[in-house]
Amino acid sequence: MLRFALALCLTIAASAVSAIEIKEVTSAGGINAWVVEEPSIPFTALEIRMRGGASLDLPGKRGATNLMMALIEEGSGEMDAQEFQTKLDALAASLSFRASDDTMSISARFLSENRDEVLALLRQALTQPRFDQDAIDRVRAQVLSGIASDAKSPNSIARSYFNQAAFGDHPYGSSPDGTVESVNSLTQQDMFDAARNALTRKDIYVSAVGDITAQEIGGLLDDLLGDLPADGPDAPADVAFGLGGGVTVIPYDTPQAVALFGHSGIKRNDDDFFAAYILNEVLGGSGFESRLMNEVREKRGLTYGIGSYLVPKFQAEMWIGQVASGNETIAQAIDVIRTVWTDLATNGMTQTELDGIKTYLTGAYPLRFDGNAEIAGIMVGMQMIGLPTDYVTNRNDYLAAVTLDDVNRVAAQYLRPDDLRFVVVGQPVGLESTE
Amino acid sequence: MRRIIASAFLSFTALPALAQEVTTYTLDNGMDVVVIEDHRAPAVVQMVWYKIGSADEPVGASGVAHFLEHLLFKATDTLESGEFSEIVAANGGSDNAFTSYDYTAYFQRIAADRLPLMMEMESNRMNNLRLTQADVDTERNVVLEERNQRTENNPGALAREQFNAALYQNHRYGVPIIGWKHEMEDLSLQDATDFYDLYYAPNNAVLIVAGDVDPVEVKALAEQYYGTIPAEENLPERLRPQEPPQRAERRITYVDERVSQPYLTRSYLAPERDSGAQKEAAALVYLADLLGGSPFSSALGQALQFDTQTAVYSSAGYRGSSLDDTTFSLSVAPADGVSLSQAEAAMDAAIAAFLDAPIDPALMESLRTQLRASEIYAKDNVQGIARRYGAALTQGLTIKDVQDWPQILQQVTEADIKAVAAKVLNRDQSVTGWVVSSQEEAR
Repeated sequence: MLRFALALCLTIAASAVSAIEIKEVTSAGGINAWVVEEPSIPFTALEIRMRGGASLDLPGKRGATNLMMALIEEGSGEMDAQEFQTKLDALAASLSFRASDDTMSISARFLSENRDEVLALLRQALTQPRFDQDAIDRVRAQVLSGIASDAKSPNSIARSYFNQAAFGDHPYGSSPDGTVESVNSLTQQDMFDAARNALTRKDIYVSAVGDITAQEIGGLLDDLLGDLPADGPDAPADVAFGLGGGVTVIPYDTPQAVALFGHSGIKRNDDDFFAAYILNEVLGGSGFESRLMNEVREKRGLTYGIGSYLVPKFQAEMWIGQVASGNETIAQAIDVIRTVWTDLATNGMTQTELDGIKTYLTGAYPLRFDGNAEIAGIMVGMQMIGLPTDYVTNRNDYLAAVTLDDVNRVAAQYLRPDDLRFVVVGQPVGLESTE
Repeated sequence: MRRIIASAFLSFTALPALAQEVTTYTLDNGMDVVVIEDHRAPAVVQMVWYKIGSADEPVGASGVAHFLEHLLFKATDTLESGEFSEIVAANGGSDNAFTSYDYTAYFQRIAADRLPLMMEMESNRMNNLRLTQADVDTERNVVLEERNQRTENNPGALAREQFNAALYQNHRYGVPIIGWKHEMEDLSLQDATDFYDLYYAPNNAVLIVAGDVDPVEVKALAEQYYGTIPAEENLPERLRPQEPPQRAERRITYVDERVSQPYLTRSYLAPERDSGAQKEAAALVYLADLLGGSPFSSALGQALQFDTQTAVYSSAGYRGSSLDDTTFSLSVAPADGVSLSQAEAAMDAAIAAFLDAPIDPALMESLRTQLRASEIYAKDNVQGIARRYGAALTQGLTIKDVQDWPQILQQVTEADIKAVAAKVLNRDQSVTGWVVSSQEEAR
């Protein structure tokens, strides 16, 4: 019965995704967008991305891009922060602005009725930010409060050490939030400089889903984004993952130890990425079925949650995982993780496992396309890594084409248990730093 | 201009209601069924909600409702331990479960044609769990690690437990959903089985099916898989100890070295949405928004973050969805150099000023518009709609109450808000909590 079900599932998967028709449109000014017309609910989800992000912080100005992006909604044109937000609330729209390592993300959600007014506000926010000093001071205090919280959060402490040790002076080596010192030193001019560098049309990606047509999007892009600078600074150079195998214990008085672990990974555009993706799902993927979940949680009760992740950033790639376990049991959890990692690298997976995970992944894929904002987010992510629109219909075929030889070859090449570095924050019993 | 927007919204609210049909019926054994149609994608969500949560647990066995939720993924008479989730995954779906004070719910999200298989398995584990001592021993460690992760490692969560325990003087809402650690350590196979045998029954459950389905077919399937399970005749009436009149405010200082940003919270006992009587709750939704919704326009945000630099953060919250008395809460994180007593005084002054002044009609209009719009945005997430019905039907509300709620929200007046504020913002029914890293900070 199960095999019958599996075969059916593949058909469903293909039909579900092909039901989504992605239209590509380019404005007169040359801005490209992907659009799915879905008029059944009278609103639109719009996603905009710009490559660069917090990695474009100037020397000594760590945190400038992050603070700047948080200030975009705090006043522009003739409006101060309260006037801007009051107008936005009255239109029942939401705008969000986030800066991450590589990317500036702008998300908008608005009713069809208010489209023009909301997009006018968005244009004003992006092209005429005020960076009023009182807004800078208010938001700076919020950022500093977050930095202080991170300094006492076990997960943040682990991440901060791990990134610093792996990437050193490269922007990936430090938090995009900046440090207390760097954030305190930021000026209004730094905000204008950060906006000039990070909010540009140089590498811009747009997607929209909802009650809007591709033609309408094409007609409004130049007005919305055309006033942004056409060019901007280059991203920093690639950086190698510089952390070797071993254990680092960072003592911290808390009942449950947290561990961040990993080694270098695989590039998103590598021919073997699909094989690695399948491999990671079996190793520590999102479901309850992964080997790490099974061995560490289901069989031994050592944790509530464990997962592993491929992290292909633009200038570096990692294969990492995370687990939390009581101070008395974290050493055992780490032993089990090493054993699982070694076994998969050495012995690979079985054909049954491969078939099972492929069925899961191909069946789960169409279920991701379950809302306007979700679809817009998936599309803009595809654009950023250079995938074509027909990827959504072909993606399951790419997965299906991966063979057992592929995954096991990639396992042997990319899973390197001896290179795993565990950064443990807590008071682990029976676990010492290796250097 | 405002009138044009308002009338445009009225036409919207009618439109999406047609897009998502809701059909309901009750099986002969007492199980309620709700079908929500959304044909945009060939997917379905099946949820089974039990009208049993942590606030229904026997004394001394806190955490058993949530513990049992974990154990429902173990073996049954036809499924091996873990096989339930394996089969869901092998069919391209995902599954999980959650427990609250008032309910425990299980769900799968999967291609729509897999619904019969999901019903077969979900109905199977309603009555046929086969727990072993080994399952219980291992899973107890998992939930203890879950408590470690959510609570023991999180000073804010530990503080919240203390404040809740003080706010509720008699009701089980004062006991954490995940359980007190010392009682979790003693949870036994017998505790789990007793709870399961009594409360997991069709007459204590609600089935929600949302997605690309036909309600007639769903009804036939529901009758086939769930309709054959006998009702539990000994299901007790859901009576829980209620709060006595509260006569004195409580104040707590929670000290934990891991706190980085000191803050204060004030929680008041507040009425919840009651069937046929949701008006006060609707007014409290506005009160929360007006006092501490948007930091840019709310009373606390304006007074503490804009007019003065008293706070880096302020907010108000109200959760109307609850079987018994719920809470209305405020929180403020003081700015650098501002003490907690100064911040609390500023918060109380802002509340007093709000109560004395008329409410800006433009702000009222804006909130009404946002609430109407949120109904439109909500249509994009069928799982969210499913949760709305599941929560309501396990928390004493009816389908009609759910469907009336948006209109009741629209009818709230300034007088309603002022009246409910005067009633609820009574410090004799409140806990004020300070969260600090040292006694020196508690000033």
